[in-house]
Amino acid sequence: MRDNRQIVHIIKEQLRPPSERIPVIRWLKQNLFNSWFNAILTIVSTVLIVIAVFGLLRWALGARWEVIPTNLKLLLVGTYPAEHLWRVWATVYLVSFLLGFSSGSHGGLMRRVSTVVASVSVLLAILPFPWGTRGWLLGIAVVAAVGFGLGHLSKGIRRCKRLEIAAWLLSFPISLVLLNGMEGILPVIKGRTTWGFMLNLIGAVVGIGLSFPIGVLLALGRRSELPAIRWVCTAYIEIIRGVPLISLLFMASIMLQLLLPANVRPDLLIRAMMTITAFSAAYMAENVRGGLQAIPRGQYEAASAVGLNKALATILIILPQALRLVIPAIVGQFIALFMDTTLFGFIAILELLNITRSIMGNIEWRGTIFELYVFIGIAFWILCYSMSYVSRRIEKTLGVGER
Amino acid sequence: MSVTSDEGIIIYRDVHKWYGDFHVLRGITFTMQKGEVIVICGPSGSGKSTCIRTINRLEEHQRGQIIVDGVELTNDLRNIETIRREVGIVFQQFNLFPHLSVLQNVALAPFWVLKMKKSKADEVAMQLLERVGIPEQAEKYPGQLSGGQQQRVAIARALAMSPKIMLFDEPTSALDPEMIKEVLDVMKNLARSGMTMIVVTHEMGFAREVADRIIFFDYGQLVEENTPEEFFHNPQHERTKLFLSQILDY
Amino acid sequence: MSKKVASSQSIPFWRDIRVLRVVSQILFLIVIAAGIWWLLNNLQTNLKACGLKISFGFLKNTAGFPISEGLRYDPTDVNGYAFWVGIVNTIRVAVIGIVLATVIGVVVGVARLSSNWLVKKLAGIYVEVIRNIPLLVQLFFWYFAVMLTALPMVKNSISLPGSIYLTRRGVYMPWATVTESFSTWIFYVIGGLALAIIVYVLRRMQLKRTERPGFPIIWATTVLILTLVAGWFITPGNPLALSVPVLGRFNFEGGLWLSTSFTALLIGLSVYTGAFIAEIVRAGITAVSKGQTEAAKAIGLKNMLILRLVILPQALRVIIPPLASQYLNLTKNSSLAILIGYYDLMNVGTTIFNQTGRAVEMILLIMASYLTMSLLTSLLMNYYNRRMKLVER
Repeated sequence: MRDNRQIVHIIKEQLRPPSERIPVIRWLKQNLFNSWFNAILTIVSTVLIVIAVFGLLRWALGARWEVIPTNLKLLLVGTYPAEHLWRVWATVYLVSFLLGFSSGSHGGLMRRVSTVVASVSVLLAILPFPWGTRGWLLGIAVVAAVGFGLGHLSKGIRRCKRLEIAAWLLSFPISLVLLNGMEGILPVIKGRTTWGFMLNLIGAVVGIGLSFPIGVLLALGRRSELPAIRWVCTAYIEIIRGVPLISLLFMASIMLQLLLPANVRPDLLIRAMMTITAFSAAYMAENVRGGLQAIPRGQYEAASAVGLNKALATILIILPQALRLVIPAIVGQFIALFMDTTLFGFIAILELLNITRSIMGNIEWRGTIFELYVFIGIAFWILCYSMSYVSRRIEKTLGVGER
Repeated sequence: MSVTSDEGIIIYRDVHKWYGDFHVLRGITFTMQKGEVIVICGPSGSGKSTCIRTINRLEEHQRGQIIVDGVELTNDLRNIETIRREVGIVFQQFNLFPHLSVLQNVALAPFWVLKMKKSKADEVAMQLLERVGIPEQAEKYPGQLSGGQQQRVAIARALAMSPKIMLFDEPTSALDPEMIKEVLDVMKNLARSGMTMIVVTHEMGFAREVADRIIFFDYGQLVEENTPEEFFHNPQHERTKLFLSQILDY
Repeated sequence: MSKKVASSQSIPFWRDIRVLRVVSQILFLIVIAAGIWWLLNNLQTNLKACGLKISFGFLKNTAGFPISEGLRYDPTDVNGYAFWVGIVNTIRVAVIGIVLATVIGVVVGVARLSSNWLVKKLAGIYVEVIRNIPLLVQLFFWYFAVMLTALPMVKNSISLPGSIYLTRRGVYMPWATVTESFSTWIFYVIGGLALAIIVYVLRRMQLKRTERPGFPIIWATTVLILTLVAGWFITPGNPLALSVPVLGRFNFEGGLWLSTSFTALLIGLSVYTGAFIAEIVRAGITAVSKGQTEAAKAIGLKNMLILRLVILPQALRVIIPPLASQYLNLTKNSSLAILIGYYDLMNVGTTIFNQTGRAVEMILLIMASYLTMSLLTSLLMNYYNRRMKLVER
């Protein structure tokens, strides 16, 4: 008679795995030379990299890099009068303060962003700028830290959250008033089409900000059951998305005044802003529509079954869910819009790229074309790459795509 | 042609509905009294869900009359809104609002539609959550709850509007087996407290225990209507017999 | 007590949802129409003040400006033809750009999935760098920095093997020119195509009849190539002659000339769009789950077949829609040509405007051209999507 019982002892301790250290040779073998083809690829790539890097270094060491610091003010804020520069700093401080505040009260991603901003400003202060500028730069970190402290203190106080959102929203028009001036409050600065890189930033922020509500309305309209509204919204979206931005800018610079009464003459910058808003609204509408389509039909039904009318259902139930899904796409659109602001040069607005061309026209800086373009390329790259990194982190935090 | 409400809280008379060319409801007629519990069963695609969804205008009927508590369901906006306020519905897929907490899900409609004060709405919501047995989940979000708990929240949400009639569209079909009982218990209690209920379900045990009447649907038609005892022990129609033999085997 | 029931005969119109639907649409349309009427009214008043009227007659007037490349054109041609030359130039750069970008995109996309760590990283760096620098900056770099500054003058041109010369004035390369015997050889081309189609159909019928697997396209292509080659040898002389650029006194003669702006635009657009296509290709290939390859291997399919029958069809479904929109983006981005002096339709259009003052008409023409291209691409994509839709319950 066989005893088929098995006595199983449950071993609670875990045995250690065999040594995991992969010696460098083994890693090289696995990843770079694991086949004939790969070996050849590796060798060829290495040779090319070495050539490219050495060539680049040789050029970089002999290049006239002084063109950038000498013209830095021109590049960043264009011909903004020097005595009013404090207003630019004030705007930067406002944003850093709010950033610090939000990171203090929320932590997480915000904290990382504001830490980066503060440390970047400190690092920049180390570079050989005039002492005044260095002071201002350090001020950014200080202001952010103050904001952080206040934010941390206000954690948990319900009312502060509303204040925070209101502050962020208000910062938008306040910055514009600060930078531009307004009758009776601050002296208005003339010639605002020559503000360099600041124009790229303002253009992108205004574009996204204004196009957001319009885009939401268009997306809702495109999904409306009423055919008239649906066709009009679809027509607008498809036409705007079917033409290049530069043709719309052309239209803004040439044709827009024909469509408006003779006494209304918005200046060039306003027209550019209007164009980029109208342009961005169509793309925003498509992004929001994607979010709306992802909401299961049951949500609409449950909302109407509970007695909410169409408007309430949209505001309380549908939009909050849809917009959360859409945030990564919106950040992506902001990045694209920011890169599109370089096209403002086409209508004689001296943003960063266009101002660079005027620098190159200067006899003194003949031949510094590579230095300038490399600088601009790197500047844009750093900003855009950071923004898309933030967007990917947001995606992860929101758990989008996990439902 | 007007009708007095003495005839019943729901009067469903010769209702037809088409989806394009597909004739999904073919002349359904039945009446329902206050406090009754009707269970509707039948093979899938027979039109049972469509039938109850026409009662609160989630689907629109093309022919026939639907009269709920004396108000006829027509294209009149006011009628539709009145009826929707008196009829609550629980969906198969729960359809809770994922971005709101459990308490907010239940208190939403009383606050926004019935215009209750926030504190009152929250109080009502808590009472209902207690009634369905999960008051401790009030601050959680739907995604953190099990299927059975979510469905109970959905029932509480529907009850928050103090409806006169509750519709249940296959409330337990999306649940794991071990969670079906908790939801059915809540529904049983609801029935015993006198709520007028129409339940579309395959849970025959529930039907036997709680239903006053069972209606059998097939191919968009009301094939048989009877008390539970008669329905299960003495089915009249051939199709009913076939259906019962298919589902009662296990 | 019995209640009287609201009957369906007399719904006051302000509560009838059918009426409400129609009325709200009418109101909406009225608002939109009023807005458009106001704009057009302004337009009319302003045009009248300038003494202009909207008409397209100016298209028949002499253009009077040069276009340095494209179809045969000289300044005595009419505006309408000049615009057409611009359109053809746009199509030229767009089509070649699309082909190049696709090649780059596929290579880089596949490279990102390579098992070779170095290759994978390099491809990744390429994609991340290119995607985060504005296209215009890149175009200016290629045009001003590379073509106009880095490249030498014609006399000291950089020459690549195969008689390709890179100069500041553009790229010169060998090209095929048509000779007299070309017209005879064309018959072989047409005949070859016809024969190939016949072979394709016949082979397909045969495979169906005998119920065997196979790819009739292989036979058809072979037949086509054989006919073309045979025709080449049969026709007296060569149907196509190779024209090689040769440095004359001031300039190169012969061969194909790609202007500075064209080359810069082409490279810039291809490199930029290629980065996006690489990401799309990578997403498409990774979208096909590993289980598919495993299952295919388990039933004995060889690598090539797995690729053709299992992976590619599924990957293409994911790839084609965003790919089409990238192609569209490239076409729209070609409008940046105006900023680097390439005579595409945007550039020519604005030049015509500058000459004739016809703002409204030219805007309409320019936008209509781009809209037509967008519409065609959308239609094609929708057609493809509908055919490829996975059949679901």
